[in-house]
Amino acid sequence: MLEIKCPYCGKRSQNEFSYGGDATIKRPQLGDEISTEDWDNFVYYRDNPRGKHSELWHHVSGCRQWFKVSRDTATHEIFDTCKMNEDFNV
Amino acid sequence: MSNSFRTTNSTGLINKDKKINFTFNGTIYHGYEGDTLASALIANGVHLVGRSFKYHRPRGFLGVGVEEPNAMVQLHDGNKSEPNIIATEVELVEGLKAKSQNCWPSVQFDIGEINNVLNRFFPAGFYYKTFMWPKSFWMKIYEPFIRKAAGMGKAPLLPDPDRYEHNYEHCDVLVVGSGPSGLASALAAAKNGARVILAEDKPNFGGSLLTDEVTIGNMSGKEWASDTISQLKSMPNVILKKRSQVFGYYDHNMTVMIERVSDHIENPSKYTPRQRLHYIRAGEVIVSTGSIERPISFGNNDRPGIVLASAAKEYMKVYETLVGKKPIIFTNNDTAYSTALEFIKNDIEPIIVDTRDSSNGELVKEVQQKGISIKFNSGIADTKGHLKINSAIIGKLDSSKESFISEETVECDCICMSGGWTPTVHLSSQAGNKLKFNDDIDAFVPDKKRQKETAIGAANGSFTLNQSLAEGFQVGFDLSNKFTDQNNPTNSPNSNEPSYEKHEKLWCMPLPSGKKPKRFIDFQNDVAVSDVELAIREGFRSIEHVKRYTTLGMAGDQGKTSNLNGLQYVSKIEKKIVPEVGHTTFRPPYTPVTIGAIVGREVGNHYLPTRKSPIHTWHEENNAVFVAAGLWQRPRYYPRGSEDMNSAVNREAANVRKNVGICDVTTLGKIDIKGPDAPEFLNRVYTNAWLKLPVGKARYGLMLREDGMVFDDGTTSRLSENHFHMTTTTAQAANVLSHLEYYLQVVWPDLDVNVLSTTEQWSGIAVAGPKSRDLLSKLFPDVDMSNEGLPFMGLVDSSIDSIKARIYRISFSGELAYEVNVESNYGLYIWKKIMEEGQSFDIQPYGTEALSTLRIEMGHVAGAELDGRTIPFDVGLNSMVSQKKDFIGKRSLSKDAFTESDRQTIVGLVPLDKKTKIPEGSHIIEDNSAVAPIPKLGHVSSSCWSVEYNNPFSIAIIKDGKNKIGKNLYAVSPLKDISIPVEVVSSHYVDPEGTRVRS
Ligand SMILES: [Zn+2]
Repeated sequence: MLEIKCPYCGKRSQNEFSYGGDATIKRPQLGDEISTEDWDNFVYYRDNPRGKHSELWHHVSGCRQWFKVSRDTATHEIFDTCKMNEDFNV
Repeated sequence: MSNSFRTTNSTGLINKDKKINFTFNGTIYHGYEGDTLASALIANGVHLVGRSFKYHRPRGFLGVGVEEPNAMVQLHDGNKSEPNIIATEVELVEGLKAKSQNCWPSVQFDIGEINNVLNRFFPAGFYYKTFMWPKSFWMKIYEPFIRKAAGMGKAPLLPDPDRYEHNYEHCDVLVVGSGPSGLASALAAAKNGARVILAEDKPNFGGSLLTDEVTIGNMSGKEWASDTISQLKSMPNVILKKRSQVFGYYDHNMTVMIERVSDHIENPSKYTPRQRLHYIRAGEVIVSTGSIERPISFGNNDRPGIVLASAAKEYMKVYETLVGKKPIIFTNNDTAYSTALEFIKNDIEPIIVDTRDSSNGELVKEVQQKGISIKFNSGIADTKGHLKINSAIIGKLDSSKESFISEETVECDCICMSGGWTPTVHLSSQAGNKLKFNDDIDAFVPDKKRQKETAIGAANGSFTLNQSLAEGFQVGFDLSNKFTDQNNPTNSPNSNEPSYEKHEKLWCMPLPSGKKPKRFIDFQNDVAVSDVELAIREGFRSIEHVKRYTTLGMAGDQGKTSNLNGLQYVSKIEKKIVPEVGHTTFRPPYTPVTIGAIVGREVGNHYLPTRKSPIHTWHEENNAVFVAAGLWQRPRYYPRGSEDMNSAVNREAANVRKNVGICDVTTLGKIDIKGPDAPEFLNRVYTNAWLKLPVGKARYGLMLREDGMVFDDGTTSRLSENHFHMTTTTAQAANVLSHLEYYLQVVWPDLDVNVLSTTEQWSGIAVAGPKSRDLLSKLFPDVDMSNEGLPFMGLVDSSIDSIKARIYRISFSGELAYEVNVESNYGLYIWKKIMEEGQSFDIQPYGTEALSTLRIEMGHVAGAELDGRTIPFDVGLNSMVSQKKDFIGKRSLSKDAFTESDRQTIVGLVPLDKKTKIPEGSHIIEDNSAVAPIPKLGHVSSSCWSVEYNNPFSIAIIKDGKNKIGKNLYAVSPLKDISIPVEVVSSHYVDPEGTRVRS
């Protein structure tokens, strides 16, 4: 079980959180014309990297904030966590 | 039989003043306080404890602790019965009952032993080869046969009566194992101010110090251990746990430890848990788990009475018990000589067989000085004795040590063997440590760590006491200093121990001349040298493949005594060095763990939390039958007298259509939405328009996922300019909240909106039926309940008995209906009030079944239709989709597959006979006489008995639904052999114009 540092609450056990996928995905702007390919890339396609991955977690059983986690998908090492409007330090 | 194998000394850890009676295979024995089941049986001369897995060979004890592969027993009976327990780990307790497993009819005479005679038919990979064909035989013939023959223990069929607890701990330094290095590191870390947990599997701290003749400072090893423990006990920053096995090492330094709290207590308090599972998140983990002695493979090396030399020594020193009185010590190294010396101390002269040409080790010399001659350059070729060893064939090895020059038969009643030592690296390996091979000790040791884990002492391959203590004190200090910065090191005391000469790289004896007895490597899975040879002959090369083909190391003991010998043998045949062969990965649990301990207190009603509406007690008092809706308990129906479910549901639903019904809808999800951008936010979240919703009005809304599938629906109302009250379905309440939070926090943080769940703050009561207006007018005389005063989708605030209430004119049943919301605490009061006033209007409560009936008849979609596979078009809600604005998921709706006109869409179904109810989940097909595979048009999502038309009615989602209306199709359920001719009708079966809700 991972130990994740919520940027609002501090270190908590993984079972307080839910995973939210790739944090680098940007939703297309509302109202923009968008090709089927771009839309499919947004909705369906995700990279599955081995190594460093920037991802979203939601502190569902805590402060209910979404935030960013930089994690190694192979070793589970967490390099950094930050609020949505911040950038990772490492 | 009365403890005739006890020694006369009393230097061990048992209390001969306290007798303990126990039963093994029906015979009553006694042992003493401090005994294990194993030591007590051995003291009574009992070595035969089980039958082997494959060949049903008689087996006895090999070890003295967790390494034991043979002595697995079934403990207790009835609901406390527990299979596959290692007898060496069971502390004796008054009245303990144990029996052998994997034997029938008895351990002495076992029918399955025929497998041993037929063993040439049971080679490695036997199951793979024999039971492959024909395929249909597998389930019916082979599998049951193998299961019966394999046997092992029997899982109890009754619920576990014992109590298990879970505990969460945090510490700076967790020390696993309390041998010399573990104690040293715990002491150093604790003295340096760190919060320390020291875990020891056995009932006594000290590890090898309890059995080794050494001195530390001016104390014996045993005294130093007990002195160190008292020091640790007095420190407030230390938790000492004995009978506690750290069996799992998971990510981020999460370890799991099982503590045997009351297994050893005769009559524990009923409030004492049997076992406790500790989740320990440790800053640093020190793995001081010691090492396990290696057996040697030789002919028939599995007979009862053949034990590890270290085990024999521990039985003598700790349990004051002799494994035999005519021992042979068989070794490739010096350490077994301490076992020889222990026998000599008890006036028994062992025969010593050493594979080496010579040794000048201190212990060897000491033995020789006592006048014992040693058979160097010799090995054991074979043994005899059916249920217990009675003689050994000792052979003189030739210079290559590949064969015996001469053989002699020697009587004995036990063999104490030692093939050297294997560091216990399981936890380090579980932690992701890449092991490396250490040539000096011919074993793997931890190397590149992935987590905050440090192996020390024997677990790290440091086999001398001096080294172990030095590592312990140094590592304990270094690691603790990361947390405390106190810089307070503890010096390692001087220690004294005998010097040892090197072991010989020889773990498998040649076969005796003219015979081919089995030479076992893995005792628990019955894997012999010949099986490994066969696997390699048949082309298996990777050690992972050899392991799976032979099942070497795959038994419950995870190869604690067999892995390395197996690797060694493969490397010998393949002429590769061991690190090239590689090793298999260790996984948790290190030792078997009772399922009950893993489950903990999460049993029965504690399995999941139960959510009850504030009106729950009324439902109970009024004979409600409940149904689980997620965590909620909801009234399903309220039977009267001898009514069955169908008649109760029909009565309740019909009463709503005719008079008025009342339904507890507290469970609906409710979300409070506030902020200047709230209208814009709702406009993006819902498919329909929200900007112009007037204050005091509600609107039905439909939410999609980005992939275009319907996510949820519900009614949301505008309470003031920037304040909305959203409702969700009961099932999706939590997911909708997370969804909204995601868009507000991640996607559109510029929107100034706050959302908050208010599900538990409101109690909701639906009042539905043609008489609902009259009833509510009476309850709320101040409110104009007319169609003009409170129109459909309107809402108004009022009160009853000064309790604030909000009344919505909304309907799920399709009838004229209202929903009264009050603060949760008043829910029950208001419910009773409505029931009371409602008597004169023939009010009846209705449950979820009638609720479903009412919505199905009306063609209102719910969870069964909104199953994550339907877009608005499919469920007849295209009119809800705004063409003018963008919203979540809109772009997906214009994808090719979503715009095809013949998509599966919602319809109604009525059976032609107007009698047969159509099972939910039935397939819809055109031609029921067609040959399979028959094209499937769709499926039945919801079914009910229409109270309006008094015949069955279903909602289905079928291909090109709209154009199928009026056609006859078949609803089939092949598994139930049901085929029902149906007519396709509109899904809006009752009041398709929706006049009633607006009346
Ligand atoms: Zn938080």
